[in-house]
Amino acid sequence: MTAATTPTTAPVEPALRVRSSGTMATRTLGIATIVTMGWLVAFGLGFSPADRDQRDAVRILYMHVPTAWLAYLAFVVTAVSSAMYLFGKKHSLGFDRVAGASAEIGVVFMALTLVTGMLWGKLTWGVYWQWDARLTTTALLFVSYIGYLAVRGLGGTHDQRAKRSAVIGLLAVIEIPLVHFSVRMWRSLHQEASVLDSDGDVDMDGLMLFSLFVGVVAFTLLYVWLLLHRSRVIAMEDLLDDQGLDRALDQRRAEFL
Amino acid sequence: MSGGIVAMQDAGYIFGSYALTFAVIAAFTWRVIRGGRRLANHIDDNDKYWT
Amino acid sequence: MSRWRIARLVAGKDLRIERRSRVLTNQVLPFAGVTMVMFAFALDASNVLERVAPGLIWLATLFSMLVLVQRSFAIESDDGALDALRVAGVDPVAIYWGKSIALAVQLAALEIVLLIAAVLLYGAEVPLGGIVLLATTLVTATCGLACVGTLYGGLTAGFTGRETLLPLLVLPVVAPVLIGATRAVESALGTDGVALSEGWPWIGLLAVFAVAFGAGGALAFGPLIEEAT
Repeated sequence: MTAATTPTTAPVEPALRVRSSGTMATRTLGIATIVTMGWLVAFGLGFSPADRDQRDAVRILYMHVPTAWLAYLAFVVTAVSSAMYLFGKKHSLGFDRVAGASAEIGVVFMALTLVTGMLWGKLTWGVYWQWDARLTTTALLFVSYIGYLAVRGLGGTHDQRAKRSAVIGLLAVIEIPLVHFSVRMWRSLHQEASVLDSDGDVDMDGLMLFSLFVGVVAFTLLYVWLLLHRSRVIAMEDLLDDQGLDRALDQRRAEFL
Repeated sequence: MSGGIVAMQDAGYIFGSYALTFAVIAAFTWRVIRGGRRLANHIDDNDKYWT
Repeated sequence: MSRWRIARLVAGKDLRIERRSRVLTNQVLPFAGVTMVMFAFALDASNVLERVAPGLIWLATLFSMLVLVQRSFAIESDDGALDALRVAGVDPVAIYWGKSIALAVQLAALEIVLLIAAVLLYGAEVPLGGIVLLATTLVTATCGLACVGTLYGGLTAGFTGRETLLPLLVLPVVAPVLIGATRAVESALGTDGVALSEGWPWIGLLAVFAVAFGAGGALAFGPLIEEAT
């Protein structure tokens, strides 16, 4: 409209109407996520009953289990898209960005899983940490993916980054079962040192299961939302990187001539 | 355990875990959105594959 | 030339460089030795030391291995030797095997020295019946460590910041070796009255680890060094 009234002032950069990484679809998804998160809080803290053994500590599980689910989902997606990149004919960088975005999300939520798990453990077991297979594997997995992200930050071209990180992403598939199995074998020797009086698995009734289900749905929606946005942002970062390189080359060439 | 939320045992741990989770989610989300907005101003619309 | 012959040549080259430069004997072994002494300072009471000796041997091995891996790829990337090998069309799988063998030989020497140190300093005893288990543990654990070390060494070779990144990448991966090898050595030495028969299942774990990472590493090494700068 302004262009019609004042035709002389043309926009400097005409193709700049999209000012975020969002679309109609992600906005809808975001609203759905917020709504289900609200439900999760209502069910987790309000409607669902306290457990017979764990009492109110069970409410932490409505945060802990969905974050753990999200983190593991994210790492599976990282492994799968690493494989798609490495074995795909085109070596599409799109898969690499999805892998990287997913790993970032996974690391954030794995940290949350560990912290909420510790809070729950303190209430249920009396200690923050148990050297059992699930916890120890999760902790090592967390460190491994921090390493994965560090490898992504090593520099080099985007293809180098993609190849290196895809290899690491796939090696995790060998690593995780071995770590889990070895820790399980190790802990089976030391049962007497264990301080837990219940193994932490809860017999969940209908409403508790439903709350957990709401949590898993909410966090899955959140994951999809985050993944879409984060991989778009990484794509833009890569593009700017390339443009910056081109500009630097042009400058150098101009100086040289 | 009747008596509602206020009488909840170990409320600090429970609310703490909820608050922490949502705080981290909010911070991460904010970072992603802000990064998107900042970068989108420097990039041609034709290169934004999601449009 | 067959793959195996090239691997032997690469391994021979690495070991020859090592023999001439004496980094292993003059730097890495003293480092491992001082680590063992430091453990003794930290853990004070001598009966504790005897009990934890198997674990300390492997911890010192892991830390020294990080130094060895850095060294193994520093000699390649410093004067572009890895690039030369690649440009010459040398089979990457053979390079991987060769460098793994060289690393394994050095690690084995290191482990034997550390074992002797544990006997001398910590009062660990090696019963005659445990020698077979002990030797098998050393061989299988060393193979696994060498495979992982060479793989991640190649991955980070030639990049600034590799010195800090390598431990972060390698240590979580070799956790099963630390667990398995420590338990196996415990039962070989009879630490805390652990029976000899309890050690053998851990050998299985170590062997699976070595085979899995040996195969994975051989597959992954080619694409990795193609990209290295």
